[in-house]
Amino acid sequence: MSIANPTVEQRFAFKAPLPLKSGSSLPEYELVYETYGELNADKSNAILICHALSGDHHVAGIDADGKKGWWDGYIGSGKVIDTDKFFVVCSNNLGGCRGSTGPTTINPQTGKVYGADFPIVTCKDWVESQNELRKYLGIEQWAALVGGSMGGMQVMQWAIDYPEKLRHAIVIAAAPKLSAQNIAFNEVARRAIMSDPEFHDGRFLDQETVPKSGLALARMLGHLTYLSDDMMGTKFGRELREDKLKYNFDVEFQVESYLRYQGEKFATKMNFDANTYLLMTKALDYFDPAADYDHDLSKTLAQATAKFLVVSFTSDWRFSPQRSHEIVKALLDNDADVSYAEITSAHGHDAFLLPNDHYEGVFGNYMQRVYDDIPTAEASV
Amino acid sequence: MSQKISTEFKLIADWITPKSRVLDLGCGDGLLLKHLIEKHQINGYGMELDAQKSIQAMQNGLNVIQSDLNSYDLSYYFDEDSFDFVIMTQALQVVRRPDELLDQMLTIGKNCIVTFPNFGHWRNRMQLMFGGKMPETETLPYHWFDTPNIHMCTFKDFENLCEQKHIKVVARTVVNRDHQTSLGMRLAPNLIGEVALYQIRKK
Repeated sequence: MSIANPTVEQRFAFKAPLPLKSGSSLPEYELVYETYGELNADKSNAILICHALSGDHHVAGIDADGKKGWWDGYIGSGKVIDTDKFFVVCSNNLGGCRGSTGPTTINPQTGKVYGADFPIVTCKDWVESQNELRKYLGIEQWAALVGGSMGGMQVMQWAIDYPEKLRHAIVIAAAPKLSAQNIAFNEVARRAIMSDPEFHDGRFLDQETVPKSGLALARMLGHLTYLSDDMMGTKFGRELREDKLKYNFDVEFQVESYLRYQGEKFATKMNFDANTYLLMTKALDYFDPAADYDHDLSKTLAQATAKFLVVSFTSDWRFSPQRSHEIVKALLDNDADVSYAEITSAHGHDAFLLPNDHYEGVFGNYMQRVYDDIPTAEASV
Repeated sequence: MSQKISTEFKLIADWITPKSRVLDLGCGDGLLLKHLIEKHQINGYGMELDAQKSIQAMQNGLNVIQSDLNSYDLSYYFDEDSFDFVIMTQALQVVRRPDELLDQMLTIGKNCIVTFPNFGHWRNRMQLMFGGKMPETETLPYHWFDTPNIHMCTFKDFENLCEQKHIKVVARTVVNRDHQTSLGMRLAPNLIGEVALYQIRKK
C-alpha cells in the first residue's frame, strides 16, 4: 500500500568542525530533519521540536514505510501544534541513530563507522548544532521551542544559551538536572548494554553483531521508569499468561511478558543503536545548566528572555511535578512570564505523549498565545 | 470585547497602585487580573488549582501557576516582599488553615487584600437562632455537609485574628451580596454587611 503524502527526510550538512563541550570535536556533521506546514514569508512561524531519549526527527505525519510520527497525536493540521499555522521542524540529535551523525555513521577520518569512537555529546552541543540548522533554514527567531523529557531539557538549554533566538519555551515533564536516582537508573541501563558479550567495547558493528539482550534489558528498565505503579497495577495487576503458577523462571506474569516484548522490540524491530543509547543517557546525566552559573538555577534562567509554559504530570516519578516546580520557582525569581500546569494523569512519565483533555486544553491554549505573538509584517514596518 | 467587571473587582482595583506587581490567589478565570492589567498596567501572576479555570485564565492571557494552596507554602515559590499586592477573593474560608495562609501572604506581599462572606450577618444569625439550623443563604448556598466553606468567620473574628497576629487593617469596605454599601452597613457592619474587603499589612 502506498502512503499519500508521506513525510520526507531532509538533510543539513555542516562542513566545519563542531567543538564539543567535552573538549573533543566533530570534524563535520549532518543533521537529518523533517518539516511540516509552511514557513511564512518573514519566517516567523517556525517551531522546533526537541525529541526525548529514544525519539527521532519523525515526529508527525506518516513516513513512506507507514510509520506514524512519535508525537503525531499533538502535531498536524488542526491539532494542538497546528501545522496550518506553524512551520514545524524536528531534527535527530547528534549521536542519534536515525540519520544524523552518530555512532552508526562513517567517521570521515577512518572510513569506518564511529561506533565507540563517537565523542560524548551534551545538550549544549545539540543546541549548537540545531542553531546551525536554524541559520541554514534562515529563521531569525523560533516562535517556540517545544520538548518533553530530555527534549524539555534541550528547550531550557536553548533558552539559556540563545535567549534571543526563541519567543516561547514549552518545557514538558522535564527537570533542571537529573537526581541521583535518575543517574542510577541510567547507569544500570548502561551496565546492561556494556556487559553484553556482543558489545565488544562498542565495536559491535565491526564484528557484525549487536548487543541485543543488553539493549533490550536497558530498555526494559527505562520503560519501567516511564510507567506509574498504578498504571501497571491497572493494566497488568498479577495477571498470569497461563491460568496457573508454574514455579519456574519462565515468563509467568503478563507484566513480565510485556516488558520483554518492549525490550525485544526496541533492540530488534526498531533496531536502536546501543552506542546511541549510552550517549543519550550520558547526555542526560551531564545536563546541569546551573553548573555554569554557580549552581544557582535562578541565576541560570536569568539569561532566558523567552516566555515559558512548564507542564508536569501527577504520576510521573521519573521527572516528578516537584522537579518542574524547581524550574517554575527559578523563573518566578526572575519575574519571567511563566505559566505552569500540573496535569492529573495515571500514565506516569509517558503521559506527555498520550491524549488528555486538561493537557490538550493547556497546551492548545498556550499554542494560541504563541501564534498571537508572531510578529506580523505590518507591525514590523 | 471587554467582559463585565463585578463591583467587588472595581472596589479592589481602587486600592491597587498602577504598575505594581500583583499575585491573585485562587484567580479563577483571571478576570480580576485582566482588569488590573488593563486598568493599572500591573505585572501579575495568578494561582489556581482548578484545571478548567486555569485554562480560562490562560485564555485571558495571564501567567497562571496551577497550585494547591493547601499543599504548598507560598514562600516556596516567592521571596519575601516580592509582591506589592497579594489578593485573595472569597477563598480564605475554603483553605485548610486560613491563619497560616495569611502569614504566608503577608510574608510575600507588602500589602494583602482579602475578601470573604460574613458569617455574622443577621440572616445567618436568625437561621441559627430560630431555625436551629446551619444557615443556607444566597451568599452561602451550601449544606453544612457539602460546603467548601470550612472556616467561616465573622468580621469581628477576622479583626480579632488580625489583632492577635499584629496585622494592620489598612482599609475595610463592607458591602451586601451585590457589593453595594449602605448606612446600616457602615453603622453595624458585622450585623448588616454580607461581604467584606480588607486591605491588610504587617505592622
